[in-house]
Amino acid sequence: MIKIDHLVKAFGPKRAVDDISFSVERGEVLGFLGPNGAGKSTTMRIVTGFMPPTSGSASVGGFDVVDSPLEAKRLIGYLPENAASYPDMTVRAFLDFIAELRGLAGAARKKAVNRVVELCFLESVLGQAIDTLSKGYKHRTCLAQALIHDPQVLIMDEPTDGLDPNQKHEVRNLIRELGASKAIIFSTHILEEVDAACTRAIIIDRGRIVANGTPEELRGMSESAGAVTLQARGATEERLSQLGRVEKLNGAFRIYPRDKSRAAQLAQEVVEMVNQHGWTVEGMYSERGELDEVFRRITLPDTVQR
Amino acid sequence: MKIIWTLVKRELGAYFASPVAYVFLVIFLLLAGFFTFTAGAFFERGEASLASFFAWHPWLYLVLVPAVGMRVWAEERRSGTIELLLTLPVAPWQAIVGKFLASWIFLAVALLLTFPAVITVNILGDPDNGMIAAGYVGSLLLAGTYLAITCMTSAMTRNQVVAFILSVVICLFLILAGFNPVTDLLVRWASPAVVDTVAAFSVVTHFDAFQRGVIDSRDLVFFLSVIGFALFATGVVIRGHRAG
Repeated sequence: MIKIDHLVKAFGPKRAVDDISFSVERGEVLGFLGPNGAGKSTTMRIVTGFMPPTSGSASVGGFDVVDSPLEAKRLIGYLPENAASYPDMTVRAFLDFIAELRGLAGAARKKAVNRVVELCFLESVLGQAIDTLSKGYKHRTCLAQALIHDPQVLIMDEPTDGLDPNQKHEVRNLIRELGASKAIIFSTHILEEVDAACTRAIIIDRGRIVANGTPEELRGMSESAGAVTLQARGATEERLSQLGRVEKLNGAFRIYPRDKSRAAQLAQEVVEMVNQHGWTVEGMYSERGELDEVFRRITLPDTVQR
Repeated sequence: MKIIWTLVKRELGAYFASPVAYVFLVIFLLLAGFFTFTAGAFFERGEASLASFFAWHPWLYLVLVPAVGMRVWAEERRSGTIELLLTLPVAPWQAIVGKFLASWIFLAVALLLTFPAVITVNILGDPDNGMIAAGYVGSLLLAGTYLAITCMTSAMTRNQVVAFILSVVICLFLILAGFNPVTDLLVRWASPAVVDTVAAFSVVTHFDAFQRGVIDSRDLVFFLSVIGFALFATGVVIRGHRAG
């Protein structure tokens, strides 16, 4: 549905997006990760047709966003970064306005508005002017706007930014449900959201893709992935180091596999060693890897001089 | 067309949702009345015409039209809603025309509310109503010209005050190029051909004919082409700051 090919966007001498290529199919939820200023928003603005690319191309549903912008835009629902909407309008008037611009009229428009109002829990504020709403409601109003025409492609720039934990949870669930039938891209810098909602994640840094894979694969890139943490009375570092490199934690040992491909066997070997020496196990975990460790390792903080 | 109408409805709604619209209408009508009857010496003229009413319009609009138009794009850019608007299936020219039309309709409403002046001269005497109608047409075109220029300056900045000042300066130039005290000065050191060319760019020169009751196609073309050019420039500016 979404295809991005060697996309470049330069602002003066600075390349905000530097040769990015990827595609998203129907049924996929792509998490777009990266530090601030990595080029996430710029990429989304190009895909939604707000900015033309410097070079390369982006197409949605087969329509190039530069050559046939209106056809592409009809397929897209977009939640911009700050969830901007017209503050002087009421929620109902705003949704009616967007629905009309989306070509919905009469009964179809009414139905569409009612559907998103229910989906985004907006019944109680329908008659209120948008600038009197709390941030969470403003955000959901803008989300409702993006969903009003039941788009095949949904692009959301930080959809959970500024929401409270309950609302975050609701929005993530919504994204996951919608993802079954749509192609979705959303950006975030909250790593747990990747687990909660994505089928695939891309990490970009300084305009380039530095990692692309399922959340599991990304986690696998973590140093601690596949390691076994053992807390057992009688266990010694000396014996455990026969199995792999051992790190001493607070009263426990973490054993790293010598070879990532043998990670599955490591737990088995640890159990065998425990039985052999008769140690009393108090806790034992197999590490899945930490996303934020991967994130920190492959991206540079934006405080680092570029 | 339907999309433009949807945008016009929203923009007009935005005007009337805030008290600013009503404040503007009241100030416009008060000033129009003051200039016509006091500064324009309506009664002392002893003739049944709205000459003293229309003569002030280039100056009256100089301040009031930029005040109406300054928010059109600047506010959209400041609040970030421009990103929403231009990612909807709306062509930029539709958005530009829609916003312009909405503000123009608002100014037309303000102008129509001066109808008591028409009634007054009709009661006091026997004016040439065709001349008055031509004056209204010219006045509306004049307002549209200022407004299109304000749309352009509004697209250049996210600061409404900057948009206001820029458009006042440009519109002032369009007045002064044909304003008699200025052209009289120019005549002293420039050839009449140069002075005429400069004056041809002035709104005053073209508005004069309407006040005399003459609707000349050349004047129509002047106003409409300035409007067209300014709106085209608006499109270029909007595309420019997205291209980065």
